[in-house]
Amino acid sequence: MSFFARFAQNRGALVGLIILVGIILMAILAPLLFPESPWRMVQRPFLPPLQTDGFPLGTDTMGRNVAAGLMHGAWVSLLIGLVSTTVALAIGVPLGAIAGYYGGLVDDALMRFTEFFQTIPNFALAIVLVAIMQPSITSIVLAIALVSWPPVARLVRAEFMSLRHREYVEAARLVGQTNTTIILRQILPNTLSPIIVLASLMVATAILLESALSFLGLGDPNVMSWGYMIGAARTVIRQAWWLSFFPGVAILLTVLALNLVGEGLDDALNPKLARERS
Amino acid sequence: MRDTLLSIRHLSIALPAGADRDYAVEDISYDVARGEIMCVVGESGSGKSMAANALMGLLPKGVRATGGEIDFDGQDLLSLTEKQHRDLRGLRIGMIFQEPMTALNPLMRVGDQIGEVFEAHNRLTPKERQARALELLVEVGIPQPEKAIRAYPFELSGGQRQRVMIAMALALEPELLIADEPTTALDVTTQAQILDLIGDLQRRHGMAVMFITHDFGVVAEIADRVCVMRHGRIVELGAAQTVLSSPQDPYTRDLIEAIPSDVIPEARGAETDTPLLEVSGLDKVFRSRGGLFKPSREVHALRDVSFSLVKGETIGIVGESGSGKSTLGRCVVRLERPDRGTLSLSGTDFMHLRGEALRRERHRVQMIFQDPYASLNPRTRVGMAIAQGPIANGMARPEALARADELLELVGLGGTADRFPHEFSGGQRQRIGIARALAMNPELIVADEAVSALDVSIQAQILDLLEELKQKLSLSLLFITHDLRVAAQICDRIIVMQHGRVVEQGPAREVFLAPREAYTRQLLEAIPGREHELADA
Repeated sequence: MSFFARFAQNRGALVGLIILVGIILMAILAPLLFPESPWRMVQRPFLPPLQTDGFPLGTDTMGRNVAAGLMHGAWVSLLIGLVSTTVALAIGVPLGAIAGYYGGLVDDALMRFTEFFQTIPNFALAIVLVAIMQPSITSIVLAIALVSWPPVARLVRAEFMSLRHREYVEAARLVGQTNTTIILRQILPNTLSPIIVLASLMVATAILLESALSFLGLGDPNVMSWGYMIGAARTVIRQAWWLSFFPGVAILLTVLALNLVGEGLDDALNPKLARERS
Repeated sequence: MRDTLLSIRHLSIALPAGADRDYAVEDISYDVARGEIMCVVGESGSGKSMAANALMGLLPKGVRATGGEIDFDGQDLLSLTEKQHRDLRGLRIGMIFQEPMTALNPLMRVGDQIGEVFEAHNRLTPKERQARALELLVEVGIPQPEKAIRAYPFELSGGQRQRVMIAMALALEPELLIADEPTTALDVTTQAQILDLIGDLQRRHGMAVMFITHDFGVVAEIADRVCVMRHGRIVELGAAQTVLSSPQDPYTRDLIEAIPSDVIPEARGAETDTPLLEVSGLDKVFRSRGGLFKPSREVHALRDVSFSLVKGETIGIVGESGSGKSTLGRCVVRLERPDRGTLSLSGTDFMHLRGEALRRERHRVQMIFQDPYASLNPRTRVGMAIAQGPIANGMARPEALARADELLELVGLGGTADRFPHEFSGGQRQRIGIARALAMNPELIVADEAVSALDVSIQAQILDLLEELKQKLSLSLLFITHDLRVAAQICDRIIVMQHGRVVEQGPAREVFLAPREAYTRQLLEAIPGREHELADA
């Protein structure tokens, strides 16, 4: 059975994938459907949704098109979520793997380093980093990645510690596999499930972190993001609910879709479950 | 005929849809009379524990009794409500489980746990409960009962914990005691003590005992009557003596024969006298890292161990848990690094190799592991699992995979290379583990409790396979086991270990027939069912 067929057997995962593809399409089609900058003020402010042609989701406090903002924002939010998670995994997985596999002094050193990051509240550190580096997409992605890798390292380390004394790992050592091979081929594949679940949640957290940064005015001033939209609408939430509602729903759907896809990936990658269902 | 206490009639228990068979047990009937020990014997998956679970009202979720009845002293147990079951449990039916480690609450003192039994049934005042708990601990023969009553479970040994479990089961003087594999997790000498204790208590209290086990040796030791089960059906039922001496059913005969029973091994000599492995003065100390306020702890796992193994020879290392036998095996394959002594493999100093040099020499000594479920990577196809070793040592991938196919053929699993480990049974996985070890063309194979986790009939098959491979490939084996009967079957020489020291070593025949040391004699006497076999011979 092909990988996709195994993936598709999980209905939820399929739904998640469809939503995710929809959001990616939104991001791709944004410049075609709304060629104008989403920052441009095009109509009277506070137009409610579904009342004026060309403004299906209404306009915001400054008369900007909410639908255009939503579509352009999809690209930024997804980009920030995925890239910062990838960077966080790229830092956390190797660090955790090395700490967990070698143990002893290596473990001590790496974990003290990790704790150094963990003792500072995530969000405060992210604010400081963005403020120092000047708000831009790169600095935001970097800041989010830098504050979100410690849990990855902790998780991977714990998994490695429990797996490294398994008999199959000892067998691999006995046949003369190198440490690198053992880490990559024997242990890492068996830690995939929790990593995937954590990663899908991290994408969600990253999108929310970016929202929070934008909310504080630390977003990239040149790009529209869902977080910025919610942030800007916070003062008028009682008069104009749609300004925070639509980007909120968009974040919710993205996070949900990523979780579903993550779960489906995990099932599809697990040989035991895959065979049982077939 | 003594009066019947428990009577199971045409009991069927259905498994949930999608299980490997429809019924856990199907149409089984047997009686347990007051004051007798009834042994229910079967291999794993035979449904031997199911009837006991049903009568305790402890069937797993989704499993239910669909037909028949269980009559306990005039009461139909299948029609009881949960509350009525609860009143019965402990009070009239006591139960002992297999794992004394997990059956006790780790955070509760022993005395309180026994007291809890009375509390659950609203008996006695708290003070009386403690007094009674002490009496019970004395009765089950725990050393220093006044101390034990204040102890936490982790402070007691496995055998002592099992005694506490028995004390709890006996607390309310039940008429029926159900013992589900109570000695399986214990060492032979401890097992013998616990069996004695159960027999003794049964006689003193006139209880009926339903003893569930997979071991015919245990049956021979204590049973009055036996019920042999297979695939959820009873294949044989009768008095223990009759069943053991003249089994009617072929399956029972197989089971009894499958027990490595010829306690007297044949005299065998090694074919050559080229020394392959030479170990002398090996020491290994495990140190737990101390903290700021806690001193580090030292455990001497090996003390001055010396022996040598000749090419083509099988040496059995026998001992109880904690004797250091596994540590010795792990030092020989260099999963552990000995502290002192010498370890040489056909002249090469194998002890001081490190890092890359060690990695390159590792293929010369391979290991077969104990747990067939943990020894294979669940995400690697078995062909690849076998081929990985040769690939790591520079063999081309297609060649290594072809060799893996051949090896699977050799261990009787041809054509299964692209399956995942979970598609195999325990015995089959152990064969894969053997194939993986053979793939490296090792000079020496260390088998660490390689058959302990398997059912007896599977155990016999794996031992036969090892014997066959030994002949065919002239292997040298270091066979680590706690089971003297297994050692007797396959080993040329035996090394008996206790507390990290070698107590006795010599040709298998000599060690078994004329043990020099008291400890060896004690081990031999503890083998369950020994008298029975000797009476037979």
